[in-house]
Amino acid sequence: MTVQVGVVLFPGTNCEHDVVWAVEHLGGSAEILWHGDATLGGADAVVIPGGFAHGDYLRTGAIARFSPIMDAVRDHALAGGPVVGICNGFQVLTEAGLLPGALQKNAGLKFLCTTVGLTVETTTTALTNRAATGQVLRIPINHFEGNYVCDQATLDALRAEDRVVLRYVENPNGSLDDIAGICSEGRNVVGLMPHPERASEAILGSDDGAVLLESLLAAADRVGSTAR
Amino acid sequence: MPAFEARADITHLPGILDPAGATVERALPALGYGNVSQVRIGKSIHLIIDAPDAATARAQVDEMCRRILANPVIEAYEIGLTELAR
Repeated sequence: MTVQVGVVLFPGTNCEHDVVWAVEHLGGSAEILWHGDATLGGADAVVIPGGFAHGDYLRTGAIARFSPIMDAVRDHALAGGPVVGICNGFQVLTEAGLLPGALQKNAGLKFLCTTVGLTVETTTTALTNRAATGQVLRIPINHFEGNYVCDQATLDALRAEDRVVLRYVENPNGSLDDIAGICSEGRNVVGLMPHPERASEAILGSDDGAVLLESLLAAADRVGSTAR
Repeated sequence: MPAFEARADITHLPGILDPAGATVERALPALGYGNVSQVRIGKSIHLIIDAPDAATARAQVDEMCRRILANPVIEAYEIGLTELAR
């Protein structure tokens, strides 16, 4: 059975079609989920894509957690289901309390739109189970608030529990400990600033993001098989 | 029930980047204000709240700041409160 990926659409989200395209290109099935809906429509995995959810009003990602669908996303996450937040989706997951820390403005004070090198730091997560530790991926970033920050105790825990999923090869935004992506204690919720969907086939300039989305499909398939 | 005008002034915690503040700080000397430093630009959220007394109103606004108006990971806040004449 084809893996079903739900792609959440808030007012202001703008990367949902890219994620749908990439998921389907890689053999999954994707459906856009409206933020005002209260269920995931049977999705095995959830992606919160990039953009400016609710206009980034108050703070990036701050208002999104009040959207009805976030209760369903939280339930899915707490039940062990894969949830990935990309860029603004990462910001939404930190504001919703599903991932620790916050994303502050880039050091250097510039919006960044470029392709960066990322090192895969762990392969026991919903987004990296098909990758190799130490593998370097070339994937685009596109953000102003991508500078990860958290308190020392949180950073110590992330390191001790092997929860830093991706690190920048060359830190573009001042992110603490070169962090580009982290995961939850259960390793099923992953947030990252880079956009794997924009590097999912060679014609886009890189298909290095494909291994991440294939990992997500594999994680969703395992969960789906258990549920089925 | 009494009404209060509450104001939550939200600023970045020390060490958190404030690009808008930094940009303004760099611009002010161009107008001759070379004696300015540590410009911080934050948010000021004003609201009217009905509550039996000032302490209750302040406690509620404090809770709102912790839960949504500010992000304690990166922001600090101060609350001001004025009782409105009815």
